[in-house]
Amino acid sequence: MMKWLSPRSALGIALITVALVALPFVAAMGGQAWVRILNFAILYAFLALGLNIVVGLAGLLDLGYIAFYAVGAYTWALLASPHFGLHWPIWAILPFGAALACIAGVVLGSPTLKLRGDYLAIVTLGFGEIVRIFMNNLNAPVNITNGAQGITLIDPVKFGDFSFSGTSQILGISLSGPQKYYYLLVALAILVIIVNVRLQNSRIGRAWQAIREDEIAAKAIGINTRNLKLLAFAMGASFGGIAGGIFSAMQGFVSPESFSLIESVMILAMVVLGGMGHIPGVILGAVLLTILPEVLRYAVGPVQTAIFGKVLVDPESLRMLIFGLALVLVMRFKPAGLWPSPERKRELAVKPQEVAP
Amino acid sequence: MSKAMGEVLLEANAVAKHFGGVKALRDVSLTIRRGEVYGLIGPNGAGKTTFFNCMTGLYVPDGGGFMFNGAPLIADAPHQAAERGIARTFQNIRLFGNMTALENVMVGRHVRTRAGVVGAMLHTPATRNEEAAIRQRAIDLLHYVRIEDRAEDLAKNLSYGDQRRLEIARALATEPSLLCLDEPAAGMNATETEALRELIEGIRRDGTTILLIEHDVKLVMGLCDRVAVLDYGALVIEDVPAVVQKDQRVIEAYLGA
Repeated sequence: MMKWLSPRSALGIALITVALVALPFVAAMGGQAWVRILNFAILYAFLALGLNIVVGLAGLLDLGYIAFYAVGAYTWALLASPHFGLHWPIWAILPFGAALACIAGVVLGSPTLKLRGDYLAIVTLGFGEIVRIFMNNLNAPVNITNGAQGITLIDPVKFGDFSFSGTSQILGISLSGPQKYYYLLVALAILVIIVNVRLQNSRIGRAWQAIREDEIAAKAIGINTRNLKLLAFAMGASFGGIAGGIFSAMQGFVSPESFSLIESVMILAMVVLGGMGHIPGVILGAVLLTILPEVLRYAVGPVQTAIFGKVLVDPESLRMLIFGLALVLVMRFKPAGLWPSPERKRELAVKPQEVAP
Repeated sequence: MSKAMGEVLLEANAVAKHFGGVKALRDVSLTIRRGEVYGLIGPNGAGKTTFFNCMTGLYVPDGGGFMFNGAPLIADAPHQAAERGIARTFQNIRLFGNMTALENVMVGRHVRTRAGVVGAMLHTPATRNEEAAIRQRAIDLLHYVRIEDRAEDLAKNLSYGDQRRLEIARALATEPSLLCLDEPAAGMNATETEALRELIEGIRRDGTTILLIEHDVKLVMGLCDRVAVLDYGALVIEDVPAVVQKDQRVIEAYLGA
């Protein structure tokens, strides 16, 4: 039963499609670096949507989400690089990496089932650090992860003979490596958006939201909260694993320092700042939080020169200062996020009713 | 209903529960029969809600146990109580505040539906049909408790009386054979209480057994087929309202000796 789209939404979809197709060419005008930044924005949107299942839907505060990204990244790095001399194809590694991340999610989830809020956050934070430290130290006595040096020369994404690295000609158009990855990432992002939307409006998604809202009431109407929380962790972790694999292939290099606590915090900030539980908001949060620091990187120096005639403050520290200030201001004036779900917006607009005893 | 009216639906055998030194329940035994409205009354702190929580698996009793529909109820498994057919509302309303009224009732269908993650992601015909059935049933239930015009409002923005009704609709969505209402009339005015009475009588007529915890003695005596009185965690009497009302121990428990 497909409903036909109204002309207005059909036009909207057409415009978005054109914009998505054209974007890497526009970005390339500023240099390939901007295409790479764009790619990271989409990759982070993918990650943020994975985390949104755990935090936004099920309401489980996870500060160690980057650990699953790390698991996916290292899975790809170890199975498709000269490090072990293995070169598995993408269709084998990505599901395998997602499965490993999923298992890691269950491993994290099971001891934390009775914890909520702050307590859960601290345990997940610890878990994230444990994974990173493992990656850092699993180089002795048997060298598995190559320690802090990381793994280099990782295979790019390949379908048959078509490689995503290097420039290639398609239909007479010359596409650079980052541009090709851009289209792959957009395809994956669309997939994760569809999965998110469908889960949100399903029996499982409603049960997650019920647990988020009131765990005792959820239990009382027959929701197996233990299994559903584990499921949320497992689903979120799988998406993290897939994103990690693509990251690994795109960079050609992984090391433990890519998976520090600040990365987890940033992804959580994308979810919260964009609008927790609201898919367009989460995407907006991810794109803004990836691109804003980069824009500032290029803008802070020249703007200072224009205003004061010279660079007064070191651009690098000023950049993060402005970025942090922007986060504070958004949360102060848009507590539900930049683009909250209509319901949540209504809720914050209407004062909660006084409920009699 | 396939089962005969009047047969035993729930049997509590010497249920005991203590919190530290406080004996909240002292060997409470009572039986609820199919098709009746069973009242559980007693002064504040008598152990009514504790009894409820033991029965629905939120607490594990320290002694005794429950038989429901001819089989023992497993303690410490609240979601299984709902699966077996026991639904409840809460004294201090516990709705899913940031979900709409309709979604609240739809969540109530969880235990009677099957769709999993894969079905939801692939959007299979079976999942879509089930989803449509869930939605339809939820709409019907909102009609049943007469708050259908609030379907798209967030639960937390409903009026107090409507929230109570929504909680009942959500409980009914689990298709319970025993519906437990914990002080549903608390904080209601006379008109709202009267409407609630009609609703409860309707639910009984439609074949659901009801366990009612209530402070409003008039409501309990008018509505219930049988009444049990708890005081200091112990069962004082279990009988028809006319007898309970005249019992000296009950009068003492309520008014003080």
